[in-house]
Order: sequence, then C-alpha cells, then structure tokens
Amino acid sequence: MSLIVRELRIGFGERTVVEIDELQVGDGEIVGLVGESGSGKSVTSLALIGLARSAGAWVEGSIQLDGRELTSLDEAQWRQLRGDRIAMIFQSPVSSLNPVFRVGDLFVRALRLHGATKAEARDRAARAMREVVLSPELLRRYPHQLSGGQAQRVAIAMAVALRARVLLADEPTSALDVTVQAEILELIQRMRREEGISVLFVSHDLAVVAGLCDRVAIMQSGQIVETGPTAATLRAPTHPYTQGLVAAIPRLGGTHA
Amino acid sequence: MTVTVPSGSLARGRALRVLRAGRSNPTLAAGSVVLAIVVIIAVFAPLLAPFPADAGNATHPTQVLLAPSSAHWFGTDEVGRDVLTRVMYGGRTSLEIVVAVLAIAAAIGIPLGLIAGYFGGVVDQVIMRVTDIFLAFPALLLSLAIASVLQPSVGHMILAIAVTWWPWYTRLVRGEAASVVRRPYVESARTLGVSHRRIIIRHVLPNAATPVLVQISMDAGGVLLTAAAISFLGLGAQDPTCEWGLMVSQGATYFTTNWWYATFPGIAILITAMAFNLIGDGVRERLDPKRVLSR
Repeated sequence: MSLIVRELRIGFGERTVVEIDELQVGDGEIVGLVGESGSGKSVTSLALIGLARSAGAWVEGSIQLDGRELTSLDEAQWRQLRGDRIAMIFQSPVSSLNPVFRVGDLFVRALRLHGATKAEARDRAARAMREVVLSPELLRRYPHQLSGGQAQRVAIAMAVALRARVLLADEPTSALDVTVQAEILELIQRMRREEGISVLFVSHDLAVVAGLCDRVAIMQSGQIVETGPTAATLRAPTHPYTQGLVAAIPRLGGTHA
Repeated sequence: MTVTVPSGSLARGRALRVLRAGRSNPTLAAGSVVLAIVVIIAVFAPLLAPFPADAGNATHPTQVLLAPSSAHWFGTDEVGRDVLTRVMYGGRTSLEIVVAVLAIAAAIGIPLGLIAGYFGGVVDQVIMRVTDIFLAFPALLLSLAIASVLQPSVGHMILAIAVTWWPWYTRLVRGEAASVVRRPYVESARTLGVSHRRIIIRHVLPNAATPVLVQISMDAGGVLLTAAAISFLGLGAQDPTCEWGLMVSQGATYFTTNWWYATFPGIAILITAMAFNLIGDGVRERLDPKRVLSR
C-alpha cells in the first residue's frame, strides 16, 4: 500500500508546526523521516493515523492511502482504518501495553475489534508471535514481565496479526539497547520482505536510518528540507542542515571536534 | 486530596492480594472478622434474634424499660420491645444504607470522573464546577437540608447522603484518569482503532480504579456515622424501623434512668464503624503502599 502526503499543514492554534509539500511511502518501501526533537516528526506520524486532531492540532492538506483521501474521514471511519490498514509502534514499548491485561488478551481484544472471532484471534496471535520470533508462551504474560525488546516485538506482532499494510514506527528503537535495536530493525526489514508492508520510520538516529531505509526525508522545523535515496542523500547531502546532521554522526577513529 | 499510586502492577491480581492479605495485614483481618460477625448477625437476624416480632411495632405494656436480664440481654425499650432484637435488626438497616449510598455515589461519581479526566477541556470544566458546587457545602449540612425537605425515611436518607458523597469520587477518579490518559498504552490503543468508550472502560478505568477503591472502603464508616447522625436528628429512619442512630436518639430521653436503651445501639455503631475503618486502613495498606510511606 502506498501513502502519499501532499501540502500537509499541521498546527496548534495560530502556529503552524508542520508544512510538508510532499512525502511518499511506496508499496513495500521503508522511508525514514529524520529530524531533531521538536522538528514535527511525531505530530506528522500522528496525523497520518488520524490522531493529531485529538492531540489538539489542526490538520490541512491531503493524505492518500492507495488513492483514498484520509483527511476527510470522520472519527468512525478512521477507527476502522486504524489497526486494520495502518498500525503504529512507539518509542516506549512496555508502557505502550496496558499493564492490567495479559499480552494475549490485548491481542484478542485488538483482533476482535476488527472482526475476528475469539478462536481465530487466538490462532492469529500465536502465529504472529512466531513470526516475530517470540514464543506464544509469552501471550500468557503481563506486559511488565516482558523485556523492552520483547514488548516491541509484541507491538510489531500485533500489527502483523491485524494485517496492517502500513506501519508507522515512531522512534521504535530509541529506548532499546543496541543489540536489541539491531534485532528489531532486522525484524522490520523481514516484515517488509515477507509481508510487503510499507514503513514510515521516524527517527533522530541517522545511523539507524542509513542501515534500514530505502529513502530518507530530512525534516527541520516542520519542513522537509531534503529527500532522496538514503545512500545518496547521506553520502552527498545538499542542504546545510543535512550536512550538519551527517557531520554529527560519531565515527570510530574520528577526531573529536 | 491527591493520592498517588503506581498503577498497573498493583492493579494486577488485586483480588488475590486482598484475599491473601489476612496473614500479613492484621488491620484488615481484624476489621474483616468483626464486620463478618456484624453481617452474619444482620443477615440472620430473623433466626438469631430472641424476639423477632419486636423488630416491628409490637408493644408489651408490662415489660416497659426493663433492665438487662437473662431474658432481655440488652433490656427493653419504652414500649417493651427487646433492645437486643432491635439492635440485631438495626444492623440490616445500617448495612443497607452503607451499601446503597456507596453504590449510588460510585455509580454517579466514577463515570463522571472518567469522562472529565479522559476528555478534558470544556467537559472537564463543566463537570468539575458542578462537583465544586456540591463540595462547597459542608456534607452533613447539605445531607440534613435535603433530608429535611423530603419525607423522613431510610430511602430518602440514602439519597440525601449519596448526593453529597459522589463529588469526592468524581474528583479522585478525574485526577487519576487525566494522568492515565497520557500514558502511551492509551495512545497505542487509539492507533489500533479502539473507541473512546472502550478505552475509558478497558484501559482507563482499571488503571485509575485503585485510589477510588481505597477511598470507598475508607468511607463506609463515615456513611454509617452520617446515617446514624441524620436518624438521631429525626430526619432519617422512623420508628418502627430499627436503626441504631434512631434508637440512640429515642433512648437518650431515658438515658439518666435507663442507660441500656441508648448505650447498646451506640456500642453497635461504634463497633461497626471501627470495623469499617480498620478495613479501610487495611485495604489502603494493601493497595496503596506509597501513601502509607509518605505519611
């Protein structure tokens, strides 16, 4: 599924915080949205799943999912779309799961919400867990009994089980240590390869984006200042902000500024 | 009043913890045992009471105001009814009142608090200003005022107390709900297409419920005493209903010469209120360790 954003404006009250002329995530493509804190990455991803308004923002412009205009959807239509077509994973995996329910219950609830029967939901949950290389045994645990990496896998498994076609990943690895981070990135890549899902990967970490994304969009104070294939863009950045970001990547053996 | 709790891990296995509490929580155990006895006596009053007929408006002109004896352990009242019997039946009235008031107050207060905390903004402002209006009056005075304009009866007294009780729960729940709403799992639930109503019930309520459960268990004693006070002033239960506050009020007239009439129902109020408070403290200790530590 492809996601095409055009002339998107997001703001709070009088202030416009995001102005994106164009942003595309093609079918089966992983696109990195990179920028520093406060550059508008997170509110953009919220807008793409229809939650920016309930965060108090206004949204104008066009967001198209396989040609279907999303900005004009009402709340009920959005609800059907969320989880079903578009899913989102977050920075703090453990606290993204309601602590009072077992992981399996969370799965079953989410799946039943989108029309699965109970037995079907259990079955799909177990299969999705195996797909993200977790034991279905973990479905019996409470979220706090999972590690950060396990919880993030669970979140991805949930998106997989729901058969979401577009995954919005808002800094999904920032809270994880480096080895776990690598596993999650590998998992996202595999999901793209095997399921053909499209991913918008929001991050401030250029090194991670360089290893994962096909294309990259660099965001500064709400605007996309540069976009292109990841390797080319990072090798020869044209915009001064991108040049600054690339220069700021710490390298082994480099001299300290 | 602010109550902070680490929710989540605490909410997990809550019921189990309460059950297991006895050993490590003597306060809760003692309160529960005493309350269990009171409840058993109240429930089985028709079987246990020596003179069940005396619970109504029977009169025994030959046995008026007899001192405690082997026949009438707690003596008799001014129309000759057995005080022990009436104290036993009085437990039924009192427990009914406590349960009804807390249930009504929770049924109004908790949903309003959840709505106010979840949606915020104008909805929140309106709900909270309404609770402020109710809280601006001293609770007992407001209850008395309401009770005095209605026909005095147990039902109306329940209403009068519940009206002043719910705003506390609204405030408490609203504060919790407002903080739970900002947790990532609520946002995450929304990205899965969960409706507001479902999020409030499934995600916010269980994670915001602990403080209000503690508060409700601590309030039972207060409701009992309030009901006794209103009945004592003649605005609640009416004879021939057996109600402890009413009996104390009636017995007070004879207190200098016939001490037993007011004393035994008074002791019943004392014991039951104490049991409720012990349970309240015990429950708080179990579910809300932070607050105990910070005292």
